[in-house]
Amino acid sequence: MIRFEQVSVQFEGTAHPTLSGVDLTVPEGELVLLVGPSGVGKSTLLGAVSGLVPHFTGGTLRGRVTVDGRDTRTHKPRELADLVGTVGQDPLSHFVTDIVEDELAYGMESLGLAPDVMRRRVEETLDLLGLAGLRDRPIATLSGGQQQRVAIGSVLTPHPKVLVLDEPTSALDPAAAEEVLAVLQRLVHDLGTTVLMAEHRLERVVQYADQVVLLPSPGAAPVAGAPADIMAVSPVHPPVVALGRLADWTPLPLSVRDARRRATGLRERLASAEPPSAVPSATPAAPAPLPTAPVRRGLFGLRRTPEPEPAPGPVGEAIVRAEGLGVRRGRVEALRRVTLSVTPGETVALMGRNGAGKSTLLAALVGTVEPTAGTVHVGGRAPHRTPPRDMVRRVGLVPQEPRDLLYADTVASECAAADTDAGAAAGSCRALVSELLPDVPDDTHPRDLSEGQRLALALAIVLTARPPLLLLDEPTRGLDYAAKARLIRVLRGLAAEGHAIVLATHDVELAAELAHRVVILADGEIVADGPTRQVVVSSPAFAPQTAKILAPQEWLTVPQVRAALEAGA
Amino acid sequence: MTASPGAVRLRHALRAPTATRSNALPAGAWWLWALGLATAASRTSNPLLLGLLVCVAGYVVAARRTDAPWARSYGAFIKIGLFVVAVRLLFSVVLGSPIPGTHLVVTLPEVPLPDWAQGVRIGGRVTAEQLLFALYDGAKLATLLICIGAANSLANPARLLKSLPGALYEAGVAVVVAMTFAPNMVADVVRLRTTRRLRGRPTGGIRAVLQIGLPVLEGALERSVAVAASMDARGYGRTAQVPPAVRHTTNVLTLGGLLGVCAGTYGLLASQGAVYGLPLLLTGLVAATAGLRLGGARSVRTRYRPDRWGVRAWLVAGSGAVVATAMILAGSVDPEALHPGVVPLVAPVFPLWPAAAVLIGLLPAVVAPAPPPVGGPAEAPVAHSEKGQ
Repeated sequence: MIRFEQVSVQFEGTAHPTLSGVDLTVPEGELVLLVGPSGVGKSTLLGAVSGLVPHFTGGTLRGRVTVDGRDTRTHKPRELADLVGTVGQDPLSHFVTDIVEDELAYGMESLGLAPDVMRRRVEETLDLLGLAGLRDRPIATLSGGQQQRVAIGSVLTPHPKVLVLDEPTSALDPAAAEEVLAVLQRLVHDLGTTVLMAEHRLERVVQYADQVVLLPSPGAAPVAGAPADIMAVSPVHPPVVALGRLADWTPLPLSVRDARRRATGLRERLASAEPPSAVPSATPAAPAPLPTAPVRRGLFGLRRTPEPEPAPGPVGEAIVRAEGLGVRRGRVEALRRVTLSVTPGETVALMGRNGAGKSTLLAALVGTVEPTAGTVHVGGRAPHRTPPRDMVRRVGLVPQEPRDLLYADTVASECAAADTDAGAAAGSCRALVSELLPDVPDDTHPRDLSEGQRLALALAIVLTARPPLLLLDEPTRGLDYAAKARLIRVLRGLAAEGHAIVLATHDVELAAELAHRVVILADGEIVADGPTRQVVVSSPAFAPQTAKILAPQEWLTVPQVRAALEAGA
Repeated sequence: MTASPGAVRLRHALRAPTATRSNALPAGAWWLWALGLATAASRTSNPLLLGLLVCVAGYVVAARRTDAPWARSYGAFIKIGLFVVAVRLLFSVVLGSPIPGTHLVVTLPEVPLPDWAQGVRIGGRVTAEQLLFALYDGAKLATLLICIGAANSLANPARLLKSLPGALYEAGVAVVVAMTFAPNMVADVVRLRTTRRLRGRPTGGIRAVLQIGLPVLEGALERSVAVAASMDARGYGRTAQVPPAVRHTTNVLTLGGLLGVCAGTYGLLASQGAVYGLPLLLTGLVAATAGLRLGGARSVRTRYRPDRWGVRAWLVAGSGAVVATAMILAGSVDPEALHPGVVPLVAPVFPLWPAAAVLIGLLPAVVAPAPPPVGGPAEAPVAHSEKGQ
């Protein structure tokens, strides 16, 4: 269906080709997953299929790309529109109209389908993607998961033979991601659609792939093959594969189900070992602090029993105290009766579906929204009444889009500005940047950094003021496993130094690696609050893969298992 | 009214259904209705009739507008109307007026002007006649504006653009994209202003605006490039081949037709041109429509669920047309009643049958589909039985 013949792509002003030597065939009706570290040209390869590379982006494409026999050199993207449906990374920049139903119809209108066909397909797609209740809603009012589904729906309606998706589940909570993947699965199985997608969150998708194409490094030729074979050598792999490699399972399992069936032996070997009571912290001497379990009323007013596991006392005074916090936006109660305390040295993961109020809670902690009920104190002061200049020394937030924090045109001037903003000694931000991003020259434009580098720069800027409380909103969106591992190392170090960290995330693996405590929000209320192990192991949606594979034993991460095996062996 | 069984059944049949996408009134019907009222307003300076027209428009808006963002614009138009009246009065007071008047209200100190400014006067006598004339004149303009405002708040502008002929569709899409861009940019500004706080900088002030200006513009540019890529990949701008002769005919018909429409409209609105205005307008419309239809042959696109002209749409548009026609007729039969004199000062009379004709403009408040109740189950699945044609 899709053929790449000796394709290389080079953009103007770059010394090396972004892609080279790509020789690839994607047969009809297959779901092909494109994997590789950030910046290896995954998006460029996807763009070449829809013809946007090079017709829209510029650059030079050598070789030949054909889709169902049509050469992308002679066919512009619009002439491939009936054949290829493309959804980019940001669904918001995909929308042309303002209402869900019109958006679904837009592509068909451009192709000139008959009105009755359009009407039927819109109804079918509304049902297929579970959007029927939203048909008249303005797109701007939808949540991220809903927008992603509308974006996929909008390219599905013309019934393309090929679907090209760039990170379709990265912005979604686990449940919404499952929904989207179930839809893709159905398209491949029932309609014979060919799907080519790039995704960093391999733990979500690799089990569905028929073929995996690995781009190992920039400009290197891709390696294609069966998922298990590729995963055995891939530098990027999900925890289930890491566990499989650790335990030498062959063939390598790709889904939790496969792994569980092979895990009996591993479970026996691990039976004697005790899972660590908390996430290992960078300095083993300091015991990871856990909160004293406060007795609070749950969602239904039921009195929760205190956590059975006796927790060590807090290291110090709580740095965050929120009591009965409520936030209203117009008629929507974004937060309701939220009570939360965080102590120094503690890492708390806020989880919950899109729109559950995670970002609002972070905004209330940093003072950008004013509470409508209850109180919130950070470092003893009410955030929204404290001048920003004082607030940065108490709390730092890395927003969902780190780019929003960056105004200057070079890394060096950004750092200088951060020093003045924070009243820190000159050069303190640059020192942090060198620590987090060793090989970034001073004169790089922040826009030219990769997602991971940009996050690190934003983190360095926020840390310049040395705030004891650090908040991160969805930090792993768009990060590959290597960048994620670096982030985890940095955050663990900060927690060990006594920083309190609160991160809002959909990434259960990240929460399992980092968090001492998990707080789950639903519809603006806290529905679960407790040590990570207790909260996530029992939850089907929030459990990390390792926990699912080794249940009922309570192992959360592969490094924990590795440490236990090494100790035992 | 006697409640005979037949009348009850008729009333039941006439009761407007709740508005859904299937039975939504075409945006064009609302605009025709509003333009009808506006034409009527342009034909009279009788404040009683103008007031009645404003009341009619206001009542229909109150009865049939939704709680969509564009529906809130009516209040703004009323304020603009009042502002226009105030400005007209102010000009009349300050700059004087050619209306001869005998009822002196006040004498303002006159600013002595040099000889070369002869004919211009600042200050001086202010008479009741001239004030009344200015008031009538301002009220006419204000009523026109308020009628336009009514259409604006009753019809979704995006849907109006969707009902453009195929040849103009591309332009319509550009406007729709632009319209969704403005709110996005505002959201960007708000977001970036709040993130400034995260850097420890104050969120207000000129410097804040200047510093976030560049990122906001960059963001808007990036988004527009992304939208363009998405539109391209989704088949925007696919065209069919047409012979050159057809293309030229299209251009001539469209341009000529539009000129005719302009001239005709001018004739209709200017009080002397009613004789040649209407025929010119109609000919222009026909030519332009033919041109646009021919031009549509170049575009391969189809329409998803276009608004349908049903009986209710005809009634709404027709009520506007009736009001306009009645007022034009009344103007030729009894011009005195429609233009109450100011010299000598007389109280305007209330012309009975033109007033009755204006009341026909209330018809949409009864026949147009009613908007769903606020906060009600707005996204409840709508009846699919309506789609059968």
